Amino acid sequence: MGMGEYVITICSGSNCEGRNSRALESVIAKELAKRGLADTVTVSVSGCLGMCGKGPVVIVNPQYTIYNYVTENDIPEIIEEHVCKGKPVARLAVVEDHLFNRFYRVFGDVKFFSKQMRIALRNCGIIDPENLDAYLSVRGYEALAKVLTNMAPQEVIAEVKKAGLRGRGGAGFPTGVKWELTAKAKKEDKVVICNADEGDPGAFMDRSAIEGDPHTVLEGIIIGGYAVGAKKGYVYIRAEYPLAIKRLERAIDDARKAGFLGNNIMGSDFSFDVEIKLGAGAFVCGEETALIHSIEGSRGMPRPRPPYPSEEGLFEKPTLINNVETWANIPVVILDGAEWFSSIGTPTSKGTKVFALAGKVKNTGLVEVPMGTTIREIVYDIGGGIPNGKKIKSVQTGGPSGGCLTERDLDTKIDYESLAKAGSIMGSGGMIVIDEDSCMVKMAKFFLEFTQNESCGKCTPCREGTKRMLEILTRITEGKGVEGDIEKLERLGNMIKKASLCGLGQSAPNPVLSTIKNFREEYEEHISGGKCRAGECATFLSYEITDKCVGCTSCKRVCSAKAISGEPKKKHTIDPDKCTRCGLCYSTCKFKAITKLNDRRKS
Amino acid sequence: MNGEVRKIKIIINNKPYEVDAGQTIMQAADKLGFHIPRLCYHPKLSIEGACRVCIVQVEGMRNYVASCAYPVSDGMKIFTNTEEIRRARRDIVELILDNHPQDCHTCERDGICELQRLAYAMGIRHRHFEGERKRYPKDLSSFSVVRNPEKCILCGRCVRICSEIQKVNALGQAHRGFQTVVMPAYNMPFSESVCSCCGQCINVCPTAAFVEKNSTQELFAKLSDPSLIKVAQIAPSVRAAIGEAFGLPPGRAMEKECAAALRKLGFDYVFDTPFSADLTIMEEASELLERLKGHGKLPMITSCSSAWMKCMEQFYPDMIENISTCKSPMSMQSALVKTYFAEKIKADPKKILSVAVMCCTAKKYEAARPELCTDGVPDTDIVVTTREFAWMVKSAGIDFLHIPGEEFDHPMGRSSGAGVIFGATGGVMEAAIRTAYELYTGETLMDIDIMPVRGITGIKEGAVKMGDVEVRVAVAHGLGNAMKLLDIAKKDPNRYHFIEIMGCPGGCIGGGGQPYADSNSIPLDEDCLRARAKALYGIDKDKTIRRSNENPDIQRLYKEFLGKPLGEKSHKLLHTHYAPKSPRGIIAENMKVR
Repeated sequence: MGMGEYVITICSGSNCEGRNSRALESVIAKELAKRGLADTVTVSVSGCLGMCGKGPVVIVNPQYTIYNYVTENDIPEIIEEHVCKGKPVARLAVVEDHLFNRFYRVFGDVKFFSKQMRIALRNCGIIDPENLDAYLSVRGYEALAKVLTNMAPQEVIAEVKKAGLRGRGGAGFPTGVKWELTAKAKKEDKVVICNADEGDPGAFMDRSAIEGDPHTVLEGIIIGGYAVGAKKGYVYIRAEYPLAIKRLERAIDDARKAGFLGNNIMGSDFSFDVEIKLGAGAFVCGEETALIHSIEGSRGMPRPRPPYPSEEGLFEKPTLINNVETWANIPVVILDGAEWFSSIGTPTSKGTKVFALAGKVKNTGLVEVPMGTTIREIVYDIGGGIPNGKKIKSVQTGGPSGGCLTERDLDTKIDYESLAKAGSIMGSGGMIVIDEDSCMVKMAKFFLEFTQNESCGKCTPCREGTKRMLEILTRITEGKGVEGDIEKLERLGNMIKKASLCGLGQSAPNPVLSTIKNFREEYEEHISGGKCRAGECATFLSYEITDKCVGCTSCKRVCSAKAISGEPKKKHTIDPDKCTRCGLCYSTCKFKAITKLNDRRKS
Repeated sequence: MNGEVRKIKIIINNKPYEVDAGQTIMQAADKLGFHIPRLCYHPKLSIEGACRVCIVQVEGMRNYVASCAYPVSDGMKIFTNTEEIRRARRDIVELILDNHPQDCHTCERDGICELQRLAYAMGIRHRHFEGERKRYPKDLSSFSVVRNPEKCILCGRCVRICSEIQKVNALGQAHRGFQTVVMPAYNMPFSESVCSCCGQCINVCPTAAFVEKNSTQELFAKLSDPSLIKVAQIAPSVRAAIGEAFGLPPGRAMEKECAAALRKLGFDYVFDTPFSADLTIMEEASELLERLKGHGKLPMITSCSSAWMKCMEQFYPDMIENISTCKSPMSMQSALVKTYFAEKIKADPKKILSVAVMCCTAKKYEAARPELCTDGVPDTDIVVTTREFAWMVKSAGIDFLHIPGEEFDHPMGRSSGAGVIFGATGGVMEAAIRTAYELYTGETLMDIDIMPVRGITGIKEGAVKMGDVEVRVAVAHGLGNAMKLLDIAKKDPNRYHFIEIMGCPGGCIGGGGQPYADSNSIPLDEDCLRARAKALYGIDKDKTIRRSNENPDIQRLYKEFLGKPLGEKSHKLLHTHYAPKSPRGIIAENMKVR
């Protein structure tokens, strides 16, 4: 990055790239060249900023102006008005209430970032992830240097313990304690693993961290290797993340060339290298022992513990395995100190957590907040609240392993214990906002379909039990639920939770059990009430054409089931027996002449 | 660990007990008389923790704990029988049943099925969770083993025994979730895979997911054909185990009852495989002496284990020339039945039905080998396992436990003790040494109980002084140990002169066709194997003739018919050859040292 007066940064996270953000680079270069500014204005790319709902995102410094939804046609205006004349283009810029915060100098007065505290994602959106010098310019590898020159391995472990960092993969095990156990293991040859398998559907925290700042993760891993006495590290990354893999490969290559990996790192006695291992499409391989078996070349099935990986892991060596986000926090713990780190968060959960905020909320994307922030703050202050004037119904956290919280739980603080007490889990950071138009039974079924599909099949409760739960849920959503089904779901769910071999099975019933606990009426309405109050379950729906119909024939033409009949300019009718409840006629009708009923009893 | 085992205190169901540290909850509980129900656990196989039937509650732990995997610790409070854990176990077993065919009455294992026993013990009287049931076709391609994935409960015992003990790795779990199924790679037919037909999967399978290929229908039909001359032979290992199929504890030698039952089933002549075992020794000992003189490759490897032969052809093709060219006793006898015996009774060989009752599933594969046919007709027409034989006896209403015993027929019914011990690991080696010694030195070996080759240690080594030479021998049982031994021999070709391999753990007495373990024991129980072996060594000890070369019927056979060992007629009838085989997944030329 050069030191020109103006710097234009284009976000190259997967979401923005998907909307063709990279194409903007050449357009900007052309516009600058036209005005003779090619040498004084710097153009660069950065990793994911997190404002994924508003991409492509372009940042113009030194005003810290964030432009959203930027297309090629907007570029001439931005260059002309903002860069040449110094006037930011208001219609494209994200400008909201000015709120002071620690990162104002980076992100400006954008409300989306106001309550965030970006530690794991500190460099994402700021630096070019494929440029080692960019990383070095933001104190990159300084933590590693500090560790190798001034700290003994035990001191590193003590610092991580003092910081109170807990595993960000979902289990929340105290990281320092895990490091200590691995370091203490009697066998000499140790190994470090970074779990980048991120299988929760829709989750992309780890992906963005690696795409946006791969060196941070690497630095954390190398420090961890030093602390426990390992010489080799593996990053197990899912094959579905090609951009992250490419950036990580580049980062490892650059780090090796610069002497941050390999023999005698930075001239010390410590030698360490990292290898990438690709996943092959199994969610269960995010479970630590299944992941280890996958690297060993066996089928990715978990095994009983003890022995824990810290005693006996990869190829029977003591293995330290941590999540991407956990590793990304390590350089900050070392540089800024355990005392500062532990000042953030709650008494039991220190530091920050990255969430993938999705669903019925105005601002979707990646957010990183200090532990202790309430769900309400995330959903309303950062997320901007529910769009289209709808009512909030639930917030789902923890992905397919988590639970659905209610409006009453909105003031719950983000914290491992508080979320568990409220009936959900922290998980790896998925947070989905649900409004009144979503059926909770269907949502539980969606998650259970996923876990049953991904179950490795080894243990009986998970393999067979989730299938039976899914069969019951499917019947309920199809209007074939019977008395006793909810009790069966509870009986099976509670047994599967406690009897399964690994975390996948132990948490698979959570969405079902929590929706039964918090939204039991919806289940009962499906079973004995004949109604789906959210209007999502097709069997319960019916569409009816009212007298407002002018006979425009639009609905008849879009109906693929040929269920609508009627003459032009005469009122049309829908045959309920042929209707598949796809809803296309409802959304096509310009005259609001079709009503949607969600109660079988009334149709 | 320094020898002294630490004692700790645990509390089971509110009562305190003192137990050794360093064991699992299940191991400690077993020793105290608490038999926690289980399915996938097996003491000889790695801990799987898959079935979740052995779960118990441990105070302070939120989830249930698999007792087969979790170690005891001082002060641990364990509950094995609360209402909650009983209900959880019951539900887990019901879940298994719900994905299992409901055809107990027509199943091969009705009455001897571990799942049945468990379902009964768990008290499942009502199905709460029934839904879709998996559907798979049966794999009937193999000569020896039939695979029925619909009955599989995914305990993983077959996968583990095939990969950990037999080291053939023919089976594995594939796919995920409800679609999980145990199969050979790429779901290829069993007959095309590296499966050695050893049948250990049948031995450990708790249900009828693996059973032997059934020949009883065919045999019953042929037994009622008046135009056929029905000749039976029965392996030594069958007599040592058949009693278990009728409720007796292992180790009762019942050859006289077997002979009587076979005649009651309709056989015209009942011969004894140990007779041809003696014959095998005559040929093989002579072959060994020839090789010791320099005519042929050393070490010489025994060839009576057909599963091992398939393994050698697949995995050690470059050592095929080390294999003894002798046929197995079963095949030698069948060849003679249709020549020597046919001549004696002046019968048309094509009218002779040669049936072998074997402890072995691989013998079904062996009987079908093209090299063991004469003019397109197999020497051995039908092979039935001990299980199939026991079923036929029960089905025909023969009161096996009470029938008066009978003798085997001449001229192929008399055997020396050496022929009988063929069933135990080390038996072939011991028999061979007893005769080879005499053939080489001209003197009779007096200390004929050769202890170093006996017992169930996986690989045994020994050295026998025969006159001026010292013959170095090795014995292995179980295919995994066999491969290990062969790797040693490959690296150090002068280490051994003679190697005995039996493909099944314990030797043939542990074969894939032996009776199922009853409700009080586990499959492949070591005490059971020892008891069966003891029965055979007991028969040997009680015989007057204990060396194969002293068997007068064998002497007569050579005098009247064969001429001399390794003679022209012997070569034609009693010897065979092997060739490299490349089932899918194996490229013979590329096989590296394993």
